[in-house]
Amino acid sequence: MTTTYEAGSYDVIVIGAGHAGVEAAYAAAKMGAKTLMLTISLDMIAFMPCNPSIGGPAKGIVVREIDALGGVMGRVIDKTHIQMRMLNTGKGPAVRALRAQADKVLYQREMKRLLEEEENLTINQAMVDELIIEDGTVTGVVTQTGGIYRAKSVIVTTGTYLRGEIIIGDVKYSSGPNNQRPSIKLADNLRELGFDIIRFKTGTPPRVNSKTIDYSKTEIQPGDDEPRAFSFETTEFIMDQIPCWLTYTSAETHDIINNNLDKAPMFTGLITAEGPRYCPSIETKIVRFNDKPRHQLFLEPEGRDTQEVYVQGLSTSLPENIQREMLKSIPGLENAEMMRAGYAIEYDSVVPTQLWPTLETKLIKNLYTAGQINGTSGYEEAAGQGLMAGINAAAKVLGKEELILKRSEAYIGVLIDDLVTKGTNEPYRLLTSRAEYRLLLRHDNADLRLTEIGYKIGLISEERYKKFTTKKEQIENEIARLREVIIKPNETTQSVIRSVGGTELKDGIRAADLLKRPEMNYELVASLTPSEIELSNEVKEQVEIQLKYEGYIQKALTQVEKLHKMENKKIPEDIDYDDVPSIATEAREKLKEVRPLSIAQASRISGVNPADISILLVYIEQGKIARIGNE
Amino acid sequence: MEYDTITAISTPMGEGAIAIVRLSGDEAIQIAENIFKSPSGKKLSEEKSHTIHYGHLIDPKTEEVIEEVMLSLMRGPKTFTREDVVEINCHGGIVSVNRVLQLVLRNGARLAEPGEFTKRAFLNGRIDLSQAEAVMDLIRAKTDRAMNVALGQMEGKLSRLIAQLRQALIETLAHVEVNIDYPEYDDVEEMTIPVLLEKCSWVRDEIDKLLQTSSQGKILREGLSTVILGRPNVGKSSLLNSLVHENKAIVTDIAGTTRDIIEEYVNVRGVPLRLVDTAGIRETEDIVERIGVERSRQVLKEADLILLVLNSAEELSEEDERLFETIQNMDFIVVVNKTDLPRKINLDRVEQLANGRPVVTTSLLQEQGVIELEEAIAKTFFEGQVEANDLTYVSNARHIALLHQAKDTIEDAINAANAGVPVDMIQIDVTKTWELLGEIVGDTVQESLINQLFSQFCLGK
Repeated sequence: MTTTYEAGSYDVIVIGAGHAGVEAAYAAAKMGAKTLMLTISLDMIAFMPCNPSIGGPAKGIVVREIDALGGVMGRVIDKTHIQMRMLNTGKGPAVRALRAQADKVLYQREMKRLLEEEENLTINQAMVDELIIEDGTVTGVVTQTGGIYRAKSVIVTTGTYLRGEIIIGDVKYSSGPNNQRPSIKLADNLRELGFDIIRFKTGTPPRVNSKTIDYSKTEIQPGDDEPRAFSFETTEFIMDQIPCWLTYTSAETHDIINNNLDKAPMFTGLITAEGPRYCPSIETKIVRFNDKPRHQLFLEPEGRDTQEVYVQGLSTSLPENIQREMLKSIPGLENAEMMRAGYAIEYDSVVPTQLWPTLETKLIKNLYTAGQINGTSGYEEAAGQGLMAGINAAAKVLGKEELILKRSEAYIGVLIDDLVTKGTNEPYRLLTSRAEYRLLLRHDNADLRLTEIGYKIGLISEERYKKFTTKKEQIENEIARLREVIIKPNETTQSVIRSVGGTELKDGIRAADLLKRPEMNYELVASLTPSEIELSNEVKEQVEIQLKYEGYIQKALTQVEKLHKMENKKIPEDIDYDDVPSIATEAREKLKEVRPLSIAQASRISGVNPADISILLVYIEQGKIARIGNE
Repeated sequence: MEYDTITAISTPMGEGAIAIVRLSGDEAIQIAENIFKSPSGKKLSEEKSHTIHYGHLIDPKTEEVIEEVMLSLMRGPKTFTREDVVEINCHGGIVSVNRVLQLVLRNGARLAEPGEFTKRAFLNGRIDLSQAEAVMDLIRAKTDRAMNVALGQMEGKLSRLIAQLRQALIETLAHVEVNIDYPEYDDVEEMTIPVLLEKCSWVRDEIDKLLQTSSQGKILREGLSTVILGRPNVGKSSLLNSLVHENKAIVTDIAGTTRDIIEEYVNVRGVPLRLVDTAGIRETEDIVERIGVERSRQVLKEADLILLVLNSAEELSEEDERLFETIQNMDFIVVVNKTDLPRKINLDRVEQLANGRPVVTTSLLQEQGVIELEEAIAKTFFEGQVEANDLTYVSNARHIALLHQAKDTIEDAINAANAGVPVDMIQIDVTKTWELLGEIVGDTVQESLINQLFSQFCLGK
């Protein structure tokens, strides 16, 4: 029995310092809660165990949302990337997304520096073995080395550390990511407390030495020439970029894999946990899509001061010697030295329907979970949840209002609602198709959607908020102006229209309507009717998008309005579903499990049909009438 | 889905003289106003509550007159549901009331769920507590029954067809999505506008076909609307009588209170005919001029089949020629009557004017030629539709409404594609179409798109 001692008392304790943990700790501290962040290793803060990149479709928008709410991911990657690209520029505004290649080490260092500077935040290296629970409420944690830390609320962000097991070929050993110490006792503790635990799997590809790559056999993938940033605060841009490279698997690679499937843990039965479909191992890809002659592989540098290169697309848990053979069969990698082998990792997650939409567990009060422990995958998904858990844990401690983002407000809202309402049977990744209102959830308007909220909860500075309101006003004024101004069909106008192949005007037309023509853009219209004040590119972009796609945006807003009426129909927390008559059995079971907060959330549960919702509505109304009658 | 505007036929289905389509919800009055035209031209929204108005229902899209109606306007809260309510009193009979219902659905109302009016009445505080349990049981019972009916209909061809359309759409969607979520995967082709257009057009055409067969299904149930046309004294009444006499009339005279149309239901060789005749056309001397009258034209317009009666004993008149002209684009059969008298009519000219349509000679007086006419009618209906038994009939009002909405949204997608809107925006309407079709078969799970994505494409890092 370890000797224990009282190690301190806090408002919020965050277990873990990965992408979820750092956001949670930062947000809680910034909001004024006395916060402690505990991590197994101080050298692993904000570590990227998988690919050296942040952002991409949907995920990139999450980073923008985190930034608009006052989180840190966007600010840190803006300072530490080696390359940035805007993706989907040829498509509509709703699906544009920014992606950065990170310098992994710099990213960690910058994150650690930023957290260490935070006033209300204490950072300790310690492994938490146990949660202290009193009367169904968490009140602290006990570490392996005997420290008892008291807290009003605790956030668990254990990532793949929780009973982690690494698998390479026929080797399987207990480990966290990248051979870190795994967290075993806490996993046992969560089971003992009654949490329903599932086992998930994910994987990572081998890393090779850049000096041994023949880049002449690959295609260059440079960053954008334009300055880009995730954070709305960033004013300095890194223009010295490092390219990625593209190569492909060969027929020989496929033969090697096919000939060694009997040694693949994915198929030998060594791996039993569910892996993500969107991030399959190369062996899974080749088995499932065996007609494809080759697969793309991106060679991504892991940083400026390292020769390590991440082979994106080659995630595998085949034996080490087979991995070496595979690499030799890939154009450009014939002589490549493998520095680290790819591996699969299995870990414990809690079934996320055990959480409220605030990420507090239903089982234990003031206990929150965020990130991979909730069944997600991806740094951005983890960070988004970490931020929300941090905000809600601090809000509860400080007596402030909880924050639940709506599906129509943020990808983070979609992510959390999906998790707590539907659960997941594989590591969950955000995709743009998961958002029904993605036209509203754009990369470009994340600040317009969320800055107000970030300011109210105290994560956005006065100065930044002021800048934001100015921008917002400018957008509104310019849109109003363009709706008023009439463009006359004079020679100047016609020549501008002709220059882009449009149909000449017959009569005068409102500037806003002219902008809606497919061939027109803001700059062209503004050349005919310049704004009186100098407008930033961001303002111009907003004016253009909001006017050009007004019809579609309006359609989406009408749908959202309907949804909000249902969101506003709250279900009493003390409702006894067994007392609701006539409801279908399956629906009853699901409702009891998820315990939705609103009628809208209830209607999103699979297995709950419209008739059940109707009955539920009538039941709730009946209860209200009865209450009024009793008073 | 509270507060949106719901609608349903609130009189028993059958052959009542009058039927009522009821609307309830925030937009009830607005929807009614959009499709209603009163002789005074006054806007419905400006009328007082609890008033009744005479006028016509007009499809705002086609400007076609759908029905002549009496409309009751009742503003909440003094209504059954405590919401704004509009009740449209239209002619009884499945055909007319369904047309009204479809019109209302196409203009923004949603078909009410079982027991939904009662539910709203309760939720809005109209019904007292003791009735709540009964309301809940009612919802359950009605839903179960409706489900059984719907399931019965969903088995077989229709659901397979819808499934096929949805598959095509979801493959397209998955393709668009994969371009968005995995922009750098060069082994996934870019979904281009022409490809998207091709897929969407195909789906639109298939939905169109379904809607067409839906009206065909209706014809089989409710009769082929048939108008007997011709100058005075050519034997129109005799034709009507002999068709009715030969074939037992199913329903007689449902002449309404505001419209003096006579309808006779007869079954001719398996083809149910609803013989429509208007007093107007029968009584008037100069029928060509009468056709200029809106109402008569309306009857013609609504007709599925026209029997044009000519007098064999007279030469073709200018009036006859004009009649041919009026109906030139419609399905018609020429009946050259009075062959018992010396023939003066130029049959070659008649054949020429008929332009391929059947020409039958009869002597209704001597009861000759009626059999040939009946054969011609049956043939006209079944011609080219020998597969009639294989047709997929969509008869459920909800399904038809959903198909109409699906058609509208896929047309939006097509228009947007033609206007150069980015693919990922067009995708919004394609998704909507897919969802609407899903509602017909009771499946709108978003997860299936994601499943499609990963089964169709090889993705991942």
